[in-house]
Order: sequence, then structure tokens, then C-alpha cells
Amino acid sequence: MAQTVLHTADSRGGADHGWLKSYHSFSFAGYFNPERVQFGALRVLNDDSVDGGMGFGDHPHDNMEIISIPLEGSLQHKDSMGNLATIEPGEIQAMSAGTGIYHTEYNKDKSKAVKFLQIWIFPNKRNVEPRYDQVKIADAAQPNQLVQVLSPNADDAGVWIHQDAWFNMGNLETGTSVDYQIHKKGNGAYIFLLEGQIEVNGQQLNRRDGYGIWDTEGFSIRATTDAAFLIMDVPMEF
Amino acid sequence: METKTEILVVGTNGPILATVLRLLNSNEAWNATGVSAVEEVISACESKPYAVVLIGAGLSDAEEADLMARVLQINPDIHVIPHYGGGSGLLFAEIYLALAGGANN
Repeated sequence: MAQTVLHTADSRGGADHGWLKSYHSFSFAGYFNPERVQFGALRVLNDDSVDGGMGFGDHPHDNMEIISIPLEGSLQHKDSMGNLATIEPGEIQAMSAGTGIYHTEYNKDKSKAVKFLQIWIFPNKRNVEPRYDQVKIADAAQPNQLVQVLSPNADDAGVWIHQDAWFNMGNLETGTSVDYQIHKKGNGAYIFLLEGQIEVNGQQLNRRDGYGIWDTEGFSIRATTDAAFLIMDVPMEF
Repeated sequence: METKTEILVVGTNGPILATVLRLLNSNEAWNATGVSAVEEVISACESKPYAVVLIGAGLSDAEEADLMARVLQINPDIHVIPHYGGGSGLLFAEIYLALAGGANN
């Protein structure tokens, strides 16, 4: 029988640094809740807003698969491998930190905030060679269908990472539904609702709620309003 | 005077090791020391009662396994845990969870 966990939006941790406002679905930095550490290999789900002209100075990462998905505005990334890129809504960025990488992330537009999701997935191998990838996903998006934006396979749709994880994004119109099949035995799915309202196997979710489901082969999502969401299909043991 | 929790961090990436040590030592209850090789970890654990050994980036799988086995042979109560992320994001939770007994797995 499927097991589930509901994380309502207002139960998330938070940090307000003035220029940075962040909601943490799982323990992160100064927010520590031993009951909210991870969902399988999904360790970090931060819902960030960075003021115009502000950003994260040079800082390190290692041994983590780091995915950024812009929702509004744009974010400039510059790293110690020589990559300089800007990501915008309709794109996804993945970075394998591996043996170590430094990077900066700035909102170069002084007129408006950038809002984005930063997601960290535990890698399936430590100390890999650092790498950076960025892919446009908007072109593949179809209304009332799921679009894969991340996988473990370099030749598959979206970006790829060092973990048996698959991400799909969906935009559903009111009253429409999609079925989702878990990609791999032992994986679970964490659904994060970006906008609107949906029901997952009858469980209602509101904006920015998260819902984990595992020990199941799949589930159904029905939009009770126009809705946008992200499904993160990750190993529960790794 | 309260005794600080002793934490040993091993990693081969010097700048990241320095960042992790700075972050850990910003907690007044902790005293973190850094080394860069397995033999240094063993030597340190033989000379001081560390509560936590945090394995940073740069060691091979075999070195990590060897380190864990040898440290636990010296003192089975030491929490030996891998570090992920390289900075402030997960660091404190990793230490809190280890000290609560969730390590060595």
C-alpha cells in the first residue's frame, strides 16, 4: 500500500536575509527539523527569491547534484570551471559538484526579484568530476501533459545527473488529469505544487505544498484549478 | 568551562576544507580540525577523543571505507559520516544528526 507524507506550504522552514527570502521544505542551513531532513535522495528543496541586483557570492559545493529551476526573472551563474550563463524561466540548470566547485549566482536585473527553486539530490557516486549543464525545457512543454526535464541519462530529455532520478513538470488546465508511473522500483515521488490546486490520488494540495508518495507504482494527478507542478522521482534508498 | 565537541574533518580540497572548518568553528560548542589524508585521520583519532569524523571530498571509495573501519576500530563511539554539499547548507544538520546517534550507517 502506498505511503504518503504531506508538507503544507506553511510548515516549511524559512530564512529572511533581506535580499534573500527562502522557504525550505527540508532542513537547510539554520533551519533544522529532524523530522524534515529528506525525502529519499531528495535532500534540499528551497523556494528562493533574490532581490534585484543581489545574489550569492563565491561559495563552494561538493558531492551534490544541484538543480536550479527559475520561475520568474533570471539568474546569472559563474563557476570555477569557466562557465558563465544566465538561466530564465523555461530552462533548467544542473551542476554535479563532485570533487568540488565554486560558483556565484546573481540576479543581474536590478528592477525585479528572481524566483527559483534550488534542489539538491544526493549523488549515487561520490567525488565525480564536476560538471555543469543547462537545457531549455519550454519548447517541449505541452498543456495537460507532463514534460521530462531531468533524468540519469545523458541522451534523454532534459538535463542529467548522477542519480536514478527523473523530474517531470506539468501544466494542467482545470478538470484535467494525468497519470504518473514511478520510473524505477524502490523510487518514490515528491510532488511540489508551484501554482493552483491539484489532487494527488484524492489528496488536495495547495500552492507550494509538497506531497511525497512511495511504495506504489504510480498515482493520478487531477487539477481542480489551472495548476503547475514538479514531480521529483527519486530513490528512497541509495 | 564547558568542553567543546571535537570534530575532525578530512578532505583533499583545501579551500572547501577551510570553508567547512570556518563554518563549524563558528559554533561555540564545537572545535573542528582539518586533515587531508587517511593516515592523518588515524593519527589524530589515536591522540584525541573526537566525537565526529566528517569525510569531505576527494578520498576514493576504498579510502573512505578503510578510514571508517580503522577509526571505528580505534573508538567505536566515534560518529563517522560523509559530508555532502561543501558548505553551510547541510553541514549543521549532518553534525546534529550524528551527535544524536544517526551516524556510522
